[in-house]
Amino acid sequence: MQQPSYAALAVGDALPPLAMPVISRTTLALYAGASGDHNPIHIDLDFARKAGMADVFAHGMLSAAYLGRLLTRWVPQQNIRSLGMRFIGITHLYSTVRCTGRIVEKFEAEGEQRLRVEISTANQYGETKIAGEAVIAI
Amino acid sequence: MFNRAMIGQALSAHEAVVERGRLRFFAKAIGETDPVYTDEAAAHAAGHTSLPVPPTFLFCLEMEQPDPFAWFSQVGIDIARILHGEQQFTYHAMAYAGDTLRFESRVADIYDKKGGALEFLVKETRVSNQHGRHIADLRSVLVQR
Repeated sequence: MQQPSYAALAVGDALPPLAMPVISRTTLALYAGASGDHNPIHIDLDFARKAGMADVFAHGMLSAAYLGRLLTRWVPQQNIRSLGMRFIGITHLYSTVRCTGRIVEKFEAEGEQRLRVEISTANQYGETKIAGEAVIAI
Repeated sequence: MFNRAMIGQALSAHEAVVERGRLRFFAKAIGETDPVYTDEAAAHAAGHTSLPVPPTFLFCLEMEQPDPFAWFSQVGIDIARILHGEQQFTYHAMAYAGDTLRFESRVADIYDKKGGALEFLVKETRVSNQHGRHIADLRSVLVQR
């Protein structure tokens, strides 16, 4: 992996975005199994309807994992110092999640050069579903 | 109302083994294309000792216990009304396939907003590996409507 250099990066720079394929029922079944989150609200239409939802919907932590990928395809994972997020809205079935990020601060801490990066996920209508922040050592 | 006597209280600790096949399954589920997460040779070439535990998978391992919500009743959480509001990871060292990770959780805070209409619980979890090395700290904010 070619690592970005601290000197070459500037506040306002965007990370290469990550565009995921549409979320299908298969996506949610696989994530339920792999993550160990077996909450039926994400995989069982009958359960979701009884709970008052029109359909099953995506696990928030699935989109969180996509945000993890946004970072690890940009820098090696061992450079990630922190990753935090707020869940703002439900990511529905058939959503197309797009992850984006941009550098908001360059600073030094604990003897390292670090970047603070604002990250988010949005659906195909541009509605933000998760907003977060990561700190990266460069 | 959440039981505020739980503030500062430790919740049950547990250990979870990081299984290689499970990491590959997770990689498939999140559309991972970087071979570092699925191929031992690629992981070694990138300087890792085995397949890395990806950034958010620690949350999954934290839930890897017979009943991850057993403590809800101690606090007064209703699983049908609870939402995951925020999640934070602070990383100290990498974790890998083959590791046995220990998860120690505590209730860091309980508070409410809108005159009690929304109740919040903050859970903090310290993760360490089989050598006693501090791997990460997790912080979850749960919201009950």
